[in-house]
Amino acid sequence: MRNTRIIASRELMSYFATPVAYVFIVIFLAFTGALAFYMGGFFNSGRADLVPFFFYHTWLYLLLIPAISMRLWAEERKTGTIELLMTLPVSTTEAVLGKFLAAWLFSGVALALTFPMWITVNYLGDPDNGVIFASYIGSFVMAGAYLAIGSCISALTKNQVIAFIVAAAVCFIFTMSGLELVLNFFRLWAPDLLVDTVSSMSFLTHFRAITKGVIDIRDFIFFGSLIAVFLFANVVAVDAKKGA
Amino acid sequence: MIALDRLSKAFGDLVAVDNVSLSVARGEVLGFLGPNGAGKSTTMKMIAGFLEPSSGNAMVSGFDVVASPVDVKKRIGYLPEGAPTYGDMTPRRFLDFIAQVRGFDGAERSRRVDEVVEKVILGEVMSQPIETLSKGFKRRVGLAQSMLHDPEVLILDEPTDGLDPNQKHHVRGLIQDMAHDKAIIVSTHILEEVEAVCSRAVIIAHGKILADGTPDELIARARNHNAVVVGVTSSGADKAAKTAVAVDGVETVETLSSTNGIDRLRILPKAGAAIVLSVGDAMKAADVDIREIFVEKGALDDVFRDVTMGGDGGQKGGENEHA
Repeated sequence: MRNTRIIASRELMSYFATPVAYVFIVIFLAFTGALAFYMGGFFNSGRADLVPFFFYHTWLYLLLIPAISMRLWAEERKTGTIELLMTLPVSTTEAVLGKFLAAWLFSGVALALTFPMWITVNYLGDPDNGVIFASYIGSFVMAGAYLAIGSCISALTKNQVIAFIVAAAVCFIFTMSGLELVLNFFRLWAPDLLVDTVSSMSFLTHFRAITKGVIDIRDFIFFGSLIAVFLFANVVAVDAKKGA
Repeated sequence: MIALDRLSKAFGDLVAVDNVSLSVARGEVLGFLGPNGAGKSTTMKMIAGFLEPSSGNAMVSGFDVVASPVDVKKRIGYLPEGAPTYGDMTPRRFLDFIAQVRGFDGAERSRRVDEVVEKVILGEVMSQPIETLSKGFKRRVGLAQSMLHDPEVLILDEPTDGLDPNQKHHVRGLIQDMAHDKAIIVSTHILEEVEAVCSRAVIIAHGKILADGTPDELIARARNHNAVVVGVTSSGADKAAKTAVAVDGVETVETLSSTNGIDRLRILPKAGAAIVLSVGDAMKAADVDIREIFVEKGALDDVFRDVTMGGDGGQKGGENEHA
């Protein structure tokens, strides 16, 4: 655990040593706000809740999370620092966890900085703060799932652009799999069981359930187990590709 | 301290390291020589626990690199090729991070960092991002990182690459200072470095060990080791050559140059025999007018070329050939 913490704090420090962190946070805040107000009809809905705000998180994450995750391992492999890191007395699992936690914590900071939205909606009306709290947790856990996917893919390439595009594509598939558009494609030929499986993998479905106030622990478990699976794959990928 | 037993590494069809067996004891500085792509770095990566061997095994301080990688890594200081470091960090932050990972806390941590910074002379650049530093400083940051925990085994992959002559001298001094209580492997293709710091040299090519001995033993394999060069007046050159060939232990005589009425002849001995005295005596007896005379030591460069290009030296192979 000590090593994981040390690696995570080094990683976090490096976000803030470059403009990456500030650019990300500013853009994330600008977009979450703008999308909620202009596209989501935050004022027009006539309800005091943050559904229009959380609605767009999935799409924002789709674009922004791969931008954080792309450098996690690809950069280490490109610059050769992976050789330094993996010959220090730390295990691959500790390194993978440390890097993931740093990125997750960072996305959590960005998310936490949207707190003025929460204050605004409480000022304007009387929202269900329990649901909003659960939505924040849900959004955070979903960001973790996107990050785990991105981190795993980043370990497979030395090229950050490839890491970004592939991660965005894979995240897109996980996001969209609940939409009729995608499901109809599967219904044409796949058995019901497969259609249900694909549909159950959808980030949109799970996240919307949470934001609408249907708080089912299984939605959280879904994201949690996805994180675990992809981080495990990440460890395997780092070990397999580090020397190449 | 380091024991490699039939260590091999293959990347697909390419065999980078082929059945290398070798051991390095405390107090030894082993110079790893070989052309680019010979398998030096791959071998070092396996010892440092970065790559897993395809077969064979490597032990460091009694721990197997595959079975207990973390125990091995705790005891090793490793400078990877090119001395990679996190460019966006300052040397202070970077070394602090390394010290933390190495398990040092509080006062001990800053003491360790200060000590190593003083050793490699980094003081003046401690708060500049590493990526803005010159090649020499970057290399020294990498070196500092590898020696910070005072490891009993040091693996340095081209520690002086890209340094200027003064910096090279400094780094060699550092290695020599640490040598007495550590087992050190240094890879290089600067041969003078081997003579300067190494107590033992191993020549490796195509993944195989071709020669293993002290630098002096390797030099003794040079064709012109113990050859005698004499300068005689041009008129007496023929007589000198005939006299020399007749001396016991002389293999052959070759003419090197002819300038200003002085001819230089190189008299090559059989199997590195010491012939200077007998040649001198014979010349004197034959009344040859000798203007200069000196003994050649031979150059490691020549041995290196012979061994790695599969010339004479390679065939002589020696006691440690693993063909």
